[in-house]
Amino acid sequence: MWKRDEAVKPTSGQPATPATAASTQTVSAPTAVQPDVRRIERDIVNIGKSVVIKGELNGSEDLTIEGHVEGRIELKDHVLTIGPNGKIKAQVFAKAVIVLGEVNGNVTASEKVDIRDGGSVDGDIISPRVAIAEGAHFRGSVDMQRKGAQPQPGQQKASSSPQPEKAQASASISTPATTAAAH
Amino acid sequence: MALSDLFSRRRKEHAESEAGASDAPVHPTKVLARFIAGLSSRPHPVILDLGPSVGSNVNFFGEELGCKIIVEDLSKDVDRHIRDGLLEQFPTFLMKRFPQETGSIDGILCWDVFDYLDKKSAKALADQLVRVLRPDGVLMAFFATSEPQQGFRPEYTRHVVVDKLNLQHRPYPAARPKQRPLPNRDIQRLFEPLRIVEQFLLKTNLREILLRKAPEPAGTAPVSPSA
Repeated sequence: MWKRDEAVKPTSGQPATPATAASTQTVSAPTAVQPDVRRIERDIVNIGKSVVIKGELNGSEDLTIEGHVEGRIELKDHVLTIGPNGKIKAQVFAKAVIVLGEVNGNVTASEKVDIRDGGSVDGDIISPRVAIAEGAHFRGSVDMQRKGAQPQPGQQKASSSPQPEKAQASASISTPATTAAAH
Repeated sequence: MALSDLFSRRRKEHAESEAGASDAPVHPTKVLARFIAGLSSRPHPVILDLGPSVGSNVNFFGEELGCKIIVEDLSKDVDRHIRDGLLEQFPTFLMKRFPQETGSIDGILCWDVFDYLDKKSAKALADQLVRVLRPDGVLMAFFATSEPQQGFRPEYTRHVVVDKLNLQHRPYPAARPKQRPLPNRDIQRLFEPLRIVEQFLLKTNLREILLRKAPEPAGTAPVSPSA
């Protein structure tokens, strides 16, 4: 009496599965659409609100952090997104960094740093492109070297140096070695 | 609609919201182009910005000069001291405010920060800026020339660079109104030993000033007595 739905015809000889069991069958009996969905899921990894990580975080895929991370984050060729609930106290290295939460530490990106409305960065940024939205908080320095420019000798040191105390109310800086007398 | 069209439209919308979607007025500036020219010969200058962080300004200076920008928003410090009732300690605070090494900064963007400071605080700040500025470095500052209007809600101005010749003035709430304008001689004394190299009085009653620190004497070797 009911017409069978031809679209959910099983592939590769797998038996047809009832719709109610779809959630348990996604892995064992994927449809034509499911591999794409899974690829997207695999490429964007989330660290949830309740997760706290202390130490070094390395990866080779895009990452969204909603939890707390302390230490060092390195996603050399990928995008790091700090979600609205994310709190980072770390040195960050990535291809692109999008900040909607809080970052306390130096951020180095090979392509772009984007601090969105409500996002906060206390630290030095090294990136060829930087966007800071009007409602964003930023305290520190921005280093946007022209393409092909050689980094200053003290620069790497600066990017890996710890942030000064908040009481000092300023950002860390390393300047060229020239410390000429002021007067 | 093609995906590339969608992205280009988004980029355009984002750029508009950053640069000019606000209704705030755009005013001409004479001194900004000179400030940039004064730094353009430096390979990788370091700029100290005393205003609030403005993303499009960071991009502008980055693209023009390939520089490093240090943002030290003084308006937040002023507000915090007023809120905590510690305004009399502000000059002392300013003397310790800047951790930068002596002679390490190539250019300083003061915008109109001095308009909001009393004389003691202004002197303390100027001394620090003179200290951190490197020889031959430049400092850009704006000073109001008219008395502050009473009865208005106090406002700071966020200066957004439109181009080398135009700035958008975007107001935002301040805890302290502008103080009495400084006469020209007081400005000169404030920044001694810096030298005023450019000065413009705009129709908007804004005095734009570019100061330069004297370059180091050529060579470090002492001059021979016979010379």
